[in-house]
Amino acid sequence: MVKTLAKSIREYKKDSILTPILVSLEVVLEVIIPLLMANLIDYGIDKGDMGYIGKTGIFLLIAAFLSLFFGAAAGKTAAHASAGLAKNLRKDMYYNVQNFSFSNIDKFSTSSIVTRLTTDVTNVQNAYQMTIRMAMRAPVMLIFSLFCAIRVSAKLSIVFLICVPVLGIGLYLIMTRVHPIFRRVFKTYDKLNNVVQENVHGIRVVKSFVREDYENSKFQKISEKIYRDFSKAEKTLAFNMPLMQFCMYACMLVFSWFGARLIIAGGGSPDAGLSTGGLMSLFTYATQVLMSLMMLSMAFVMITMSKASAERIAEILTETSDLQDGENPVMEVADGSITYKNVSFSYSKKANKKCLSDINLEIASGETIGIIGGTGSSKSTLVQLIPRLYDVTEGSLKVGGVDVRDYDIEVLRNQVAMVLQKNELFSGTIKDNLRWGNEHATDEELIHACQLAQADDFVQRFPDGYDTHIEQGGSNVSGGQKQRLCIARALLKKPKILILDDSTSAVDTKTDAMIRKAFREEIPDTTKIIIAQRISSVQDADKIIVLDDGQIDGFGSHEELLQNNAIYREVFESQQKGGSEDE
Amino acid sequence: MNKKQQLDMQTLKRLLSYLKQYKGRFLFVLICILMSAGASVLASLFLETLIDDYITPLLVQAVPDFSGLLRVIIMMAGIYLIGVLATLFYNRMMAVISQGILKDIRDQMFSHMQTLPIKYFDTHSHGDVMSHYTNDTDTLRQMMSQSVPQLFSSVITIVAVFFAMLSISIWMTLFVLVFVVIILQVVKKVAGNSGKYFVRQQESIGDVNGYIEEMINGQKVVKVFCHEDKAKEMFDEKNEKLFGEASQANTYANILMPIMNNLGYILYVLIAIVGGALGIWGVTNVSLTGVGVITLGMIASFLQLSRSFIQPLGQVSQQLSAIIMALAGARRIFQLIDEESEADNGYVTLVNAKYENGVLTETPERTGLWAWKHPHEDGTLTYAELKGKVRMFDVDFGYEENKVVLHNITLYAEPGQKVAFVGATGAGKTTITNLINRFYDIADGKIRYDGININKIRKSDLRRSLGIVLQDVNLFTGTVMENLRYGKLDATDEDCIAAAKRANADGFIRMLPDGYDTVLSGDGSGLSQGQRQLISIARAAVADPPVMILDEATSSIDTRTEAIVQRGMDALMKGRTVFVIAHRLSTVQNSDVIMVLELGEIIERGSHQELIQKHGKYYQLYTGAFELA
Repeated sequence: MVKTLAKSIREYKKDSILTPILVSLEVVLEVIIPLLMANLIDYGIDKGDMGYIGKTGIFLLIAAFLSLFFGAAAGKTAAHASAGLAKNLRKDMYYNVQNFSFSNIDKFSTSSIVTRLTTDVTNVQNAYQMTIRMAMRAPVMLIFSLFCAIRVSAKLSIVFLICVPVLGIGLYLIMTRVHPIFRRVFKTYDKLNNVVQENVHGIRVVKSFVREDYENSKFQKISEKIYRDFSKAEKTLAFNMPLMQFCMYACMLVFSWFGARLIIAGGGSPDAGLSTGGLMSLFTYATQVLMSLMMLSMAFVMITMSKASAERIAEILTETSDLQDGENPVMEVADGSITYKNVSFSYSKKANKKCLSDINLEIASGETIGIIGGTGSSKSTLVQLIPRLYDVTEGSLKVGGVDVRDYDIEVLRNQVAMVLQKNELFSGTIKDNLRWGNEHATDEELIHACQLAQADDFVQRFPDGYDTHIEQGGSNVSGGQKQRLCIARALLKKPKILILDDSTSAVDTKTDAMIRKAFREEIPDTTKIIIAQRISSVQDADKIIVLDDGQIDGFGSHEELLQNNAIYREVFESQQKGGSEDE
Repeated sequence: MNKKQQLDMQTLKRLLSYLKQYKGRFLFVLICILMSAGASVLASLFLETLIDDYITPLLVQAVPDFSGLLRVIIMMAGIYLIGVLATLFYNRMMAVISQGILKDIRDQMFSHMQTLPIKYFDTHSHGDVMSHYTNDTDTLRQMMSQSVPQLFSSVITIVAVFFAMLSISIWMTLFVLVFVVIILQVVKKVAGNSGKYFVRQQESIGDVNGYIEEMINGQKVVKVFCHEDKAKEMFDEKNEKLFGEASQANTYANILMPIMNNLGYILYVLIAIVGGALGIWGVTNVSLTGVGVITLGMIASFLQLSRSFIQPLGQVSQQLSAIIMALAGARRIFQLIDEESEADNGYVTLVNAKYENGVLTETPERTGLWAWKHPHEDGTLTYAELKGKVRMFDVDFGYEENKVVLHNITLYAEPGQKVAFVGATGAGKTTITNLINRFYDIADGKIRYDGININKIRKSDLRRSLGIVLQDVNLFTGTVMENLRYGKLDATDEDCIAAAKRANADGFIRMLPDGYDTVLSGDGSGLSQGQRQLISIARAAVADPPVMILDEATSSIDTRTEAIVQRGMDALMKGRTVFVIAHRLSTVQNSDVIMVLELGEIIERGSHQELIQKHGKYYQLYTGAFELA
């Protein structure tokens, strides 16, 4: 996991290595400074030697400035390295998500991908900064301070032998207790966010069922759990500070008692034993030793807290798309013919029921094919195999005479335009959205495509026309308008195969018919596949596929199917009854 | 800058007001902090006592008597122990208080969000709303559990140390003060920059969040259009910007501590020099405790104190950027909390009712009969049976002012009727139903429900009386059964299954891995659009509402299944009012009244037969597809 994430350090390796080095230099100075200070007191102030005070003072000032310099430099490189790692992690994850196949996307929910890219990265960023700053600081500080303390008074330093393990074990006990709680809290946090998200999205449902109180209590229950767990964790963490103080004060008291005796025994001379200056610097070293342990434990908390985040990030980074381009991919789609040969499909390998089984179809280039079938009869699944959004489980699917798996995937998808059932517009102008189909489309081409999709009329009616701003998710256009814009966007690709997956469900019948008429007249060479609920949407197609429970129940023209397909006839009649009686 | 800081003060004040209900405990925390800080100040002062009163005199004694030293050390041990315990108490208590406040804020935010009008959700990006619960609350959490206690403890320590310094030497204290003022100037600059960039970083994070959410939501479209490279480009740009700001913000935050530390050392040296000079030249020392000479112990102790003085200053300044960031987050949270709730002045309520001796009376049990309970000004109560008679008189409405979507809508829906709205997309069909349940309020005209102006009906009761099934289905994480029960929380499993059968959903639900106990994740992904619509119809059937609005409820369901569903729903809604919106005319044919809408106006009304005979717009719509073919 660490290895996976470490790959994203890249250009920030220099800063990442420089930081601990700079920090070490800073720490060395920080440890030397108390030594100088002790001298200042013992030889300067004690003896009233202003000259010595001045000289040592200058040394001290230089040391302080150097330490400041190293510290500031380390701060900058640490910030740079960690923010850089975060940037690269976001980038690598995002890029990898772009490579995901549909089944990869289905595996992670949208909100979980978003959390991983944001909150989780921030956690790792903070932990990384902490690590590169503390990784060297704490141990170097610990060792140097101990060393110096021993130099000042080896006898008194024995105290550390007791104090350090006491603090260390104490901190360890606290951390091991807190860690599982934090893990639990973050899981609960996911749940909380999920409730909020579902509420924001489904606010109309909540309000129309008057379930505000129910949602509130659902939220409060989770919120309460977070409160309980977090309080528990922080109450345990609250032992940190007092434990530290306890060791600190204990050291001071021991130093005071034995130190005083040593000083007196040595007659107060720094050369004979301990001096007052030495005693003072011991106090400082004690703080430093204990503080560095404290820092280590803090860093440990941060790292363990971010461990869950790091794992979640690694999951995305290591997820490989299950659709890989073959070797020597075919770079051109000959025509819009489609052949299904013994195709079976299921979304997961474990599922015992197949979504599609034994599909055999021949579709010639330029034909218009309608698909009719009940809810859950796998209509969408059937067509999603064509642009290779999913791979067939068994059998083979050929476009233009070549197996779809042999194409370069981008080449294939550029020639197979698909208007999805659950389609999205993106924030930006209508033009921006349309240009998804073809970046270099001229305004005339845009308008032409919209005319075909019967979108030009209403777009022109907008005050800003084609420059009208679309809100996120296309919330400021109606369902039918959105569908027509999505069709226009697909048309701009000038594809060899155009698939409409129930893409005119919100468009009225008249407009629907006009769209089909335009298709017939303007893009005769494009193979058109239309999934629809309305017979009227498909009855003028060259051939109609009747799907039932993942199998082809009928394949033929409107007339043929009326003759010999029971399902088709039943659907037709259910939609026709009213009308035929009246006419 | 100044104005912004004032604004921050307001937010801070408001944040602190949440402490009110923890008053007693917080007082205790303050006392504990006081004791803890006191102990640490005494620890610094102890050095002076130790050196001047015990070590130095003992140095000149031939046979040193350590009993005094022992006594003072035992005394100090006691004081330290109290200090340690106080630290423990306030840290633990503060953890509970700060988490409690966070919970209060979180709960308040969520329950307030529930009361906001639909318009709020229309006009705010969902990612934005989400970030109040994640990023903003996170910064607040860090501030509450780390910054606040540290701030208090630091301030108290600073004050205590200040007096301790004064008690040693006013001259040296003055010198420290001058130096600290200089330090603070530096800190102000660095911390200010840090805070500025942290706020920018938060904004940038919001921006990246929004972009990611939009793109990931539309990821399948991105793939279908091979738009990956474009999507990467925009992302890189935003990501780079975030990097710049995060890097700056952290740099300033990181260099703050080295600056404080080392300036502290420099101060130390300067004090040594000044103190040394004062001592050597024998300058008369003035202190709070009196006038005398400067001793070695004094200088030593003062040096120690100066460290204790600088250290909390450094901690405060380090917390500053966290606090600035948290306040910015808090401000955004308060903005949400301050959003105006849906206005509801309704006082007419919906109750279960039954006829007793021909008189309509209220009853607690569900009778299948509902009544409007109407209190009058003179204190009397009247009951009117809920029949589902909806009338609109000259209703005008626009989502934005000056942009009329519906114009002069007048309609009658008699009890038990099935009323359909048809019309081109954007004609205002959905808008009409959104006015009946008051998702939006009308601009002009009047809507009466069983003769009562809907403004007088309490919103929750109005909505409870109207079941709505929307085209875009929102399911909730939980089992299928739980989702069905959303319609009526006390429904039994049998009720839910019966409703599912009615909606023709029973069949496919049983095919799911765990049947009715299958857990649906997120927004019910894994189910097809049509299956989700069936569940949402079943959910409404469980609710068994007096009036039902079906807004394109069957748009993704095939016509055969739809016919079955319709039969089931018709049986359920027999004698009750149903509003249907559909594009598919076959869906609405058997309606009692069909309203044809165009550009926000009703242009035709009548039954299917009447309209066909009229050879008007409906006729065109109905036959249009065939004519054109």
